[in-house]
Amino acid sequence: MADPRDLLPSEQPLQLLDPSGKPVDDPALPLPGTDRLLAAYTALVIGRRVNDQAGALVRQGRLAVYPSSHGQEACQVGAALALAEGDWLFPTYRDTVSAVARGVDPVQVLTLLKGDWHAGYDPYEHRVAPQATPLATQLLHAVGVAHAARLRGEDTVVMALCGDGATSEGDFHEALNFAAVFKTPVVFFVQNNEYAISVPLARQSAAPSLAHKGIGYGVNGERVDGNDTPAVLAVLDRAVAAARAGEGPQLVEAHTYRMQAHTNADDDTRYRSSEEVDPWVERDPLLRMEAFLRRKRVLTKARAAEIAEKAEAVAAAMREGVSRDTDPDPSELFAHVYAEPTPQLEEQAALLADELSREGN
Amino acid sequence: MAEPIKLSMAQALNRALRDAMAEDESVYVFGEDVGPLGGVFRITDGLTAEFGEDRCFDTPLAESGIAGLAVGMAMNGMRPVIEMQFDAFAYPAFEQIASHIAKMRNRTRGRVGLPLVIRIPYAGGIGGVEHHCDSSEAYYAHTPGLKVVTPATPADAYHLLREAIACDDPVVFMEPKKLYWAKEEVDTGTSRPPIGRAVVCRPGTDATLIAYGPSVPTALEAAEAAAQEGRSLQVVDVRSIVPFDDATVCEAVRATGRAVVVAETAGFASVASEIAARVTERCFHSLAAPVRRVTGFDIPYPPPKLERHQLPSVDRILDAVDDLQWEDDQ
Repeated sequence: MADPRDLLPSEQPLQLLDPSGKPVDDPALPLPGTDRLLAAYTALVIGRRVNDQAGALVRQGRLAVYPSSHGQEACQVGAALALAEGDWLFPTYRDTVSAVARGVDPVQVLTLLKGDWHAGYDPYEHRVAPQATPLATQLLHAVGVAHAARLRGEDTVVMALCGDGATSEGDFHEALNFAAVFKTPVVFFVQNNEYAISVPLARQSAAPSLAHKGIGYGVNGERVDGNDTPAVLAVLDRAVAAARAGEGPQLVEAHTYRMQAHTNADDDTRYRSSEEVDPWVERDPLLRMEAFLRRKRVLTKARAAEIAEKAEAVAAAMREGVSRDTDPDPSELFAHVYAEPTPQLEEQAALLADELSREGN
Repeated sequence: MAEPIKLSMAQALNRALRDAMAEDESVYVFGEDVGPLGGVFRITDGLTAEFGEDRCFDTPLAESGIAGLAVGMAMNGMRPVIEMQFDAFAYPAFEQIASHIAKMRNRTRGRVGLPLVIRIPYAGGIGGVEHHCDSSEAYYAHTPGLKVVTPATPADAYHLLREAIACDDPVVFMEPKKLYWAKEEVDTGTSRPPIGRAVVCRPGTDATLIAYGPSVPTALEAAEAAAQEGRSLQVVDVRSIVPFDDATVCEAVRATGRAVVVAETAGFASVASEIAARVTERCFHSLAAPVRRVTGFDIPYPPPKLERHQLPSVDRILDAVDDLQWEDDQ
């Protein structure tokens, strides 16, 4: 039997860049290649722009609410870029940017928050599951998708996202346990942003780190600096490769920070101080990556402008798409409850149609 | 061609699983103790041996995990059939059932359907200790997006389970455990009325007994006893709680003008209440008396030595029938 201590995460979160964007000495993993880093940087810039634009759309009353991943974009982007086309991503409500980085149209993702329907995109098109709101429930679905693929002999890997609060849920435990017992190719990627709405990490867990939870299930645990894009990519690449190679599920904890309130409806001044938040500004994943790429002379002025323009185009399309007045069809309320509506639903649909026709008169 | 064969309900269910697995390789069976043991009620007996450990397998002991695993497998091309070991042990799976299994098709605007079956042995009458005898059908019936069916005979058990497995919607398949050992001739080659249809299982002209699952044999016994006293009771087996067959039930009640709903579960906010309300709304002008319910009391399921007081009995049903304002007919 292998030494069980091998399942333990590193003492410190793995880092490839220091907060100033300088490569660390003696990195535990090699830096990803330049093309990948540029792709990641592009996705980061777009991701930040998507977060900002969504916030603006809430203020304009176009979105009901938006749980921002501002400050967590390295994790968002890394989760999507670590996957191959045939893999699956299971995002939560805070992971809009990861779905966008995987190719889903932001306007479709925001259908949920615009209120036109619940999941607004086709999960099979980009293999992105509907964003999960009930915490940790989707982790079990991720195990099921991976298990089905494995039974058919496919080499699919599933990336399952959750936050620090979700690790307290029973479904987190059941998902890790099932995946370990069945050796299912799932990467559980926990974005530890220190808060579950107002409740700090210390009230969720007394474990040395969330990645330490892996050893109890026989699952390999890793810790990474979640604001260090190359490190997130490198650690997730390795985890995905291990899962694909049949080494079973992997648990990765990214240490990051939720820079904004839970949503715009939350007031974070009631539970944390600016003295706590401010130091994280300097650890911003976007600034760190930019400093690194400029120092490396990979990111020229022209290229940066080109990327910024791309992000602006994404934001413009979001504004246009989300601001477009839509008129959801009430008859659709009855259309997707079952494959075929029951006689009772047909009756109720007729009732509503009648009500609406009288409203129209 | 399959010859009719005498089967218990447990054997009929086992045969349905075996036939479905043989016919469709996307059918997977899993749960607690369903592998080599064959399930605590032996419903999955022999399936692992016949189809291998991938097709019928034991899971860790965690019901939410079982249900959540089924969601993912169904999203990815499989038709999972999961077993909850007992009614009350299914409660940890309730969030997966209510928030995901029932809603996935609707959440995704019809793009992701979940063709899966949740088998639940339910109800009492077997002297089971606490947490083994709940009638939990109302929780599922109240949750839009689920189909809820319950057989009362081995033949229905076979055919309804085959249909549930082939169904593109999630089906909660409630198995009345006290009927597991009742036998009858089953012809697997013929068909039975589909999910969504109730059946009149005994004709009668004076009043209609409406029952499902474990209460159907009791209702039939009551009708037999009434016949000996000169009263002709019709019995309707609901079979499919969701979708509910208003047409068959109401046609039956309109023909007799009187109805008693029989169910084992606590009566308050129950399936029996829903049936009574629907019948009253739809058949009011044909009714000679208010619709009566004979249900369990509104108490937690009793210990074995007291459970007979909770179960609808022939006498209780006949008392309710006697109360249906016959004097007005004079």
